[in-house]
Order: sequence, then structure tokens, then C-alpha cells
Amino acid sequence: MTQVDILVLGAGPAGMAAATEARARGFSVLVLDENARPGGQVHRAVEQREAKDGQDRDGAKLAAAFRACGADYRPNATLWAVEPEGKVFWSEGGAARSARARRLILCAGATERPVPIPGWTLPGVMTVGAAQIALKTAGLLPEGKAWIAGQGPLLWLYANQVVAKGGRVEGIVDLSPPGGLARAAWHLPNALRAPEYLVKGLAWQQRIRNAGIPIRRATRLVAEGDGRLERIVIDGWSRSAELLLLHDGVVPNTQVTRAIPGCAHDWDAAQRCWKPRLDDWGNTTVEGVMVAGDSGGIGGARVAALAGRLAAIEAARALGKLTADQRNAEAGRIRLEWKRQRAPRRFLDALFPPLPEAAIADSTIVCRCEEVTAGKLRGAVALGCLGANQTKAFTRAGMGPCQGRICGPAVHGVIATARGVDPATVDPFRTRFPTKPLTLGELAALAAE
Amino acid sequence: MRKAVVIGGGLHGLSTALHLQRTPGWQVTVLERRHVGRHSSGVNAGGVRRLGRDLREIALSVVAAEMWAGIEKIVGDDCGFRATGQVKVAESAADMAKNEARVAAVRALGWNHEEVVDAAEARRLLPAVAPHVVGALVVRDDGSADPMRTVMAFRRTAEQAGVRIVEGVAVTGLRTTGAGTIIVETDQGAHEAERVANCAGAWATRVARMVGEEIPCGVKASMMIVTERLPRFCEPTVGATSRSLSFKQVANGTVVIGGGHQGRNDVAAETSTVLFGSLAHAARIACELFPVMRGARMVRSWAGIEARTADEVPIMGESRALPGLFHSFGFSGHGFQLSPAAGAAVAELMARGATNLPIAAFHQDRFRPAA
Repeated sequence: MTQVDILVLGAGPAGMAAATEARARGFSVLVLDENARPGGQVHRAVEQREAKDGQDRDGAKLAAAFRACGADYRPNATLWAVEPEGKVFWSEGGAARSARARRLILCAGATERPVPIPGWTLPGVMTVGAAQIALKTAGLLPEGKAWIAGQGPLLWLYANQVVAKGGRVEGIVDLSPPGGLARAAWHLPNALRAPEYLVKGLAWQQRIRNAGIPIRRATRLVAEGDGRLERIVIDGWSRSAELLLLHDGVVPNTQVTRAIPGCAHDWDAAQRCWKPRLDDWGNTTVEGVMVAGDSGGIGGARVAALAGRLAAIEAARALGKLTADQRNAEAGRIRLEWKRQRAPRRFLDALFPPLPEAAIADSTIVCRCEEVTAGKLRGAVALGCLGANQTKAFTRAGMGPCQGRICGPAVHGVIATARGVDPATVDPFRTRFPTKPLTLGELAALAAE
Repeated sequence: MRKAVVIGGGLHGLSTALHLQRTPGWQVTVLERRHVGRHSSGVNAGGVRRLGRDLREIALSVVAAEMWAGIEKIVGDDCGFRATGQVKVAESAADMAKNEARVAAVRALGWNHEEVVDAAEARRLLPAVAPHVVGALVVRDDGSADPMRTVMAFRRTAEQAGVRIVEGVAVTGLRTTGAGTIIVETDQGAHEAERVANCAGAWATRVARMVGEEIPCGVKASMMIVTERLPRFCEPTVGATSRSLSFKQVANGTVVIGGGHQGRNDVAAETSTVLFGSLAHAARIACELFPVMRGARMVRSWAGIEARTADEVPIMGESRALPGLFHSFGFSGHGFQLSPAAGAAVAELMARGATNLPIAAFHQDRFRPAA
């Protein structure tokens, strides 16, 4: 079996930075990433695109350093299990493989929160994140009558990217509850320690107004159509639609960490999501397992890259290359910048709170794989189910091929609001390896004669 | 009322409690450390199988099969039992010879449920089976049931019959009183009873040790795979003569694959974990026997922890150290089918000190060094 010092999961900003830093310190590094090229979501296809802003330039620099660092980089590789003592399993080229690492740095990034509105399972409805992937990798712009709906920074960013490329949408339906700025104002002074985020955000909104794209605030959105999307109904006002792109912010991707026995997670009330319990260096509660970047708490690309470097420096200490004092000294400046880049987070969290799960209608499907409605989940709660693992047994919500990866946050929120309790006290789905479906043929490949 | 305590809320504990409670004059309490069906009872493969049983187990298994055929009369629910047959495929002439010898041995004891079939019949029973299969060993009215549903049905019926089930209570000690009764000490007070059953599965040897009885018995954690839902292609439960496989497509279309491939077990922590390097063998055997499975996606895997004896048949009988304590554990990965009959046998032993059910071969004395 392959043996390495450090295994890095993910080649987004955190993973690229962690791998580059670890290689610079002389470690053998294996990097597994699901995509064909480095970059992750934010820097997707960054090597192919022409840099148009500072973020793109950051990404291109990270990717170039990563390519040159000498890590054993495996694109198109999907990690699906971690066993004790650093044994990891992944699928690559139709076969399962395994390796043993002395230390894991998991940089699995973020996933989009689901937006269960009536009709969201119709063909023609997709997520803003998915549309952004199409835009970044293939330059695909929305065609026909396209709408964007929901809330969150990515929604505004994507709309900007469309406009910048000469694309067009019918309108933006802003579903966020009013009063965001007033709520967020408390956090403004702190946020101004890194003013570039706010400047960018204001510029995005202005550009959309300048492009003449209508922005409509609403509380209720329905997608309708016979076999595919034909129209959307915005607070009772029907418009024809061929494409609807939904977004409600992103949450840490904790699929792998939650499946590792003993890896503690805490509820983040501000971002309304679970995240692994980490120390300042990215150590989880399991020895040898570290997390860096958005999968440890949403912070964005710059925070992620800095966290990746901090994790690699800490790994160097854990593996005996640095003393604690040396580590602290080497991390000093990175730590300061990491703190500065995180400063606007509370402001952004307050400005973009997720949509309320209580508003999901009983008849709306929450779990797409098994077609379980919010009403069915609430029925299971009425029967005494306390958390997502019990409603699973009653309703099969979260038991389909996605294993709750998509619906998890919504199922958890629906249960918490139906019970009227603090979401922190409601168990999320217990995840199990394999955390990504793999075919039996792939698994069988591990059992060579 | 005479009082009895059953230690362990798995399927065997629940079945024992149900049958004893139905015996006039008895009041049964089940003490379960976690929750009912927590370990292997709730997560096993659900095979209802006489096929291929150890010769010592066949008689009890045949009694159990009759009870399964009328399981709804016993627990008010069909437990998802479907008599769709059990088929053990032969992959070589040597396998066929083994099967012929096996059927001869079973018939010599007077049982006729097992039969050898040729390649054409094997293919009729299993249209998707790989072309190299040359025949099979078959029990046509064996089948499978839903383990968790079975646990819940036994639980519900036991409680309706008057059994008290206490969850979250750990037994810490056992001792006799001057009056000849047994005190079962727990972390939440003591229970006095005339009879106690030790149905604690992987933890049963610890219960025996509380009375100074050392019974050799190990632990296993068999792993299972479940796939995404697939179109119907297989009715019977399938095994293989010379390879470890249990394979069946359940009612909802998902395929459940096991076969005794071992995960990691931690008895002290009460957990078991999947080891994919070992699980890969189950996947490989399944893919080789059903090529259609190569592209099927697995969505979950798990392991359940339970006791395994050296000879892989259970331990059932009265303690030699503490009269009134009755052991029933060590079913070694194939106790699900036996549970209705085993519970009836142990309940009868507890109530009247003897049973006509065929469990004599299972006494723990077989592991005693010859004096």
C-alpha cells in the first residue's frame, strides 16, 4: 500500500496551499481531488481562464505553485472512506485504491444549502452553483427566460459574472427577509478591517442595477410546469420561465468528518450549519485528522488558503519537523492575515441569513432522492422522532443515492423548527463511509487475488 | 407471579421474554443496556435459512422454519418474511460434488428440505447469475425477512403480552439470595427473579463471568453492503458453496450483500466499524456471480457486533455456576432464523427445567476440558 506523510483532500485554495506548504517542508504529499484540474469551486478552471480580478490572480498563483510543488496530485479521484490510522480509500479511473497517511488535511470545501420550494425538482430548475460551474468551465450563459432566486453573496456574484460576459437574466428574486443591513450594522466596524469584501459586494449590486436587471423582493416562490419548468410564481405574480437558478448560501462540507468516529462537530448558530470542532491550527478532535478551509467553517477563498498553510505548518510540528515555538514563529504573519481576512464574516453572516425552514410548505419535497415532503418529516416528528436519524427510519429521507448530502441541512432545519427547539440540540444525519456512492465494481478492484 | 429477568434486548432476548411471558404464571422484565435491537439483531442480513446449517442446528432450524411460516400468528406482523427460497450456487464440479455429499448427509438424518439442482434450474431460479455457475443447492421455501421490522414486532408483542422492557440499564452483577432467588444488580437498582436469561450477545461471556463462569466465546462483526434501488432481477437469497456470500434483493429493490466478511469490532466501546479492504471481497464475489452488479452503486455499509463460538453453533443451557441462570448466545452470525424457536426453548427451560425442543447439543459443557 502507498505510504505518504500527508494526504490532502481537495485541490481548492485550502488544499493547494496546504500541499504546497507541506512539500516546501520536505514531506511526501498525496492530493486527491474530484475535479479534472486544480482550483476547487472558487478558482474553477483558473488555469484556463484569463484572470480578470485579484481573486483570479490569487487562484492562478496558487495553482501554479501547486503544480510545481511536487505533490502526488490525483485529479478525478473521489475519496470515500477514512479508516483509523490514516488509511484512506478513493476511486480513480473506475477502480478503488487505498493509501496510508501519517496525517490528513481535509479541505473538502463547501456545498450549497438546498432551496426546497414547490417545484424545485422540475427539469429547468438548478442551483446557482451548478450554473456557475457551467459558466466557468464551458463559458455557458443562461439561455431563454432565466431567473435567479434566493439569497447569498454567490447569487450576486454569479449575476455579475453573467452580466460581465454579456448574458441576460429576466430578474433576480431576493427572498432574504428584510432588515438585513440593520441586523448586520453591529458587525460593520469589525468588517471594515477587510473593507475589500464590502466594496466588492456593493459594486456587484450596483452593476446589476446598471444593467437594468429587475430585483424583486418576495417571500414566496413557486416553480410550475408540466414535466419541465414553464413559469415561476413570485408572491402570486406569475412570470414565464425556462430556467430558474436557486441559491441559499453555502455550508461547510462535513460529509467526511462527520463519518469519522470521535470527530466532534458543533452547531454554528450564525451560519446555521454544523462544523467540525477545530483548534486554531485546524486539528479536529481525532488525532492526525485536520481540516482547513470552508469545510471547517465558511470563510472564503483567501481565508481558506491561509488556513491550508497554517494546517501544513502544524502538521510539520506534529510530524516532528518543527518545535511548537518554531511553528508559532513561522505562522505569525500568516495568522495575522488570516484574522484580518476573517473580520467581515460576522457582518456577512448577519447580512445573508439562510431562508427559514418553517416556511417550507408541507407538500414540498425536501429529500429529492426518496421524494420525502416536509409534511412527511413533520409527521414523523409528531410521532416522536427527535432527529434526522430517526426520521430516516420512518420516512427514508436521506437514504437515497445522495445519502443526505443535498437535503441534510433542510431536513435538520425542518425537524428543529417543527420541534420548536434549538437546532444545536437536533442530531444531523449520521454519515457513514462510503461518503460518496461507489460502484461494486470499483470496490471489488481492491480485492485483487 | 413468578419473576424472570432477561438480560439483553436483542431478538433472542425478546423472543425468550415473549415466550416465557406467555407461559401462565410468569412476569418477565427485559434489561437492555442501550436500546432494543441496537447491535446485530437490527442490522443482520435477515436470512431465514435452513440451507447449509450445521447438522446439529438443523432440527431447531426446522422448528423455527415452521414458526416463520406462521410468524404473523406469533407476533402479529409478517416481519417482511418472504419465502422466496435460498440458493447456494456451485461454481465447479468440486462444488457440485460437495453439494451432493451435503444433501446425502442431511437426508441421512431424515431431512428432505435441501436439494441439488442442475445448471438449467439454477439459471431459471437466478436469471442474472454468471454463466460459469454449474448448479446449486436449494431450499425452495426458505427466504428472508426484515430484521428491524422483526425486532419491532417482537418488542411490540412482548410488551402487549405484559413484558416490561427497560432500556438504558446496564447489568453490573448477579448473586443468589438465601431464598434461592437471583438478584440482578444494575447501575439503576436491583431486580430479584427466580430465573434469569443471559441473551447479551457479544457481551454474554461477561455476564457469565459475573457468576464466575468462564465460557470460551469470541466476537464477530459481519459487514453488510446495501446498493441503490435496482430493477427486480433476483428473488431468492443467494450464497455460494465455496465462497463467503449472502446476496439478496429486498422488496424495495435495493440489494443487500454480506457473507460474514469481518469488520473491526470493539466490545468495550460497543462499536463495530467497516473495513473496506475486507468488504471489497464481498463486492468482488457479488460481481463475479452477478455481473450486472458491477455498475451498481453501493450507498451504505455497516457492521453489527455479536458473539461467535469456536464451533459456530450457539450456547444454550443452564449455568453450571448459578442455577436459575440460562445462557442463550453465541449464534455466530446465523441466529436470526433460529430466534423464534430458540426463545421458545429457553423459555421452556426456564419455566420447567426441561424442553423437548432440540437444543441438547448446544450446552456449554461441550467446551469443558475432559475431566
